[in-house]
Amino acid sequence: MAMTDEQIERYSRHIILKEVGAKGQKKLLNGSVLIIGAGGLGAPAALYLAAAGVGHIGIVDADDVDLSNLQRQVIHSTADIGKAKVKSAKESMEAINPDVKVTTYRMFVDSTNIRELIREYDFIIDGTDNFPAKFLINDACVLEKKPFSHAGIIRFQGQLLTYVPGEGPCYRCVFKNPPPKDAVPTCKQAGVIGAMAGTIGTLQAMEAIKYLIGKGDLLTGKLLTYDALKMEFRKINLKKDCKCAVCGENPSIFEPIDYEQEVCEETAGRFATRDEQ
Amino acid sequence: MIITVAGEKKEYKEGLSLVELIELEKIDMPEYVTVSINDDFVSSEDKETTVLKEGDSVEFLYFMGGGC
Repeated sequence: MAMTDEQIERYSRHIILKEVGAKGQKKLLNGSVLIIGAGGLGAPAALYLAAAGVGHIGIVDADDVDLSNLQRQVIHSTADIGKAKVKSAKESMEAINPDVKVTTYRMFVDSTNIRELIREYDFIIDGTDNFPAKFLINDACVLEKKPFSHAGIIRFQGQLLTYVPGEGPCYRCVFKNPPPKDAVPTCKQAGVIGAMAGTIGTLQAMEAIKYLIGKGDLLTGKLLTYDALKMEFRKINLKKDCKCAVCGENPSIFEPIDYEQEVCEETAGRFATRDEQ
Repeated sequence: MIITVAGEKKEYKEGLSLVELIELEKIDMPEYVTVSINDDFVSSEDKETTVLKEGDSVEFLYFMGGGC
């Protein structure tokens, strides 16, 4: 489908790039990304992907906006306190770019819903705040052969890696199993600088965009680490673990696993409503 | 001998074990840290017995669960 004059104007700074062009912009407009978590990482990722004109964005979160979120979750504003995060995020994305179709899922991901959820999307962004969810998303993406961006942040530190099916290691190759509950501090316990969420969440959006337009090198087989106090980015090489329980030669995991949850925020009840427009 | 730790070249005694390196580098909660030597992961069974050699490149990979 041809772009309208308004779209050509809106995306002119993309279209002028030789790596994007009208062809790449159309790939973004026809592309879909699921963002799991409308928090610190999900907020900037959602805003940049909406602004970039990714045609369909899904956003998953069971929580409501809380005052303590606003130091970093830039997709929500003070007036949104008490509102469902997915609703607030959808309103912000649509305000930036009415081209984008946003599907909201006000729910927690678990082993019963994750595979079906990710199946509809081209690329998945893990913006969750706990290890059970990170392993759940990893395993589901490996099993469904979906590419995804993992990221983690704490204090002045961040990390990310990109999994592409058949091209390099998954998150479980590196980290094996979730640490015991409370063994590794969460950002609620240890704190996180707001701009760290902005930096790393934006890098996740960049990986999604590069994947959709098919340009550049993704962080497959690499862990990018960012130490903001030293202002140091490092790329650490990772090899696929042939003994990995989910993507290895003799896997033992055939369905995503529900590990015990320990999340950053106090969570409201379990919701399983879907608002699609 | 010279070993590269997290991208930085450092001098250590000959025959340094991984356990000794973890102590010297003050790695917090090493049981939850993934170690790679020359891009190969060290399995948890091998962590106790691994001895380092000249020119090795060691990385410590930390769990980061935040996102909220």
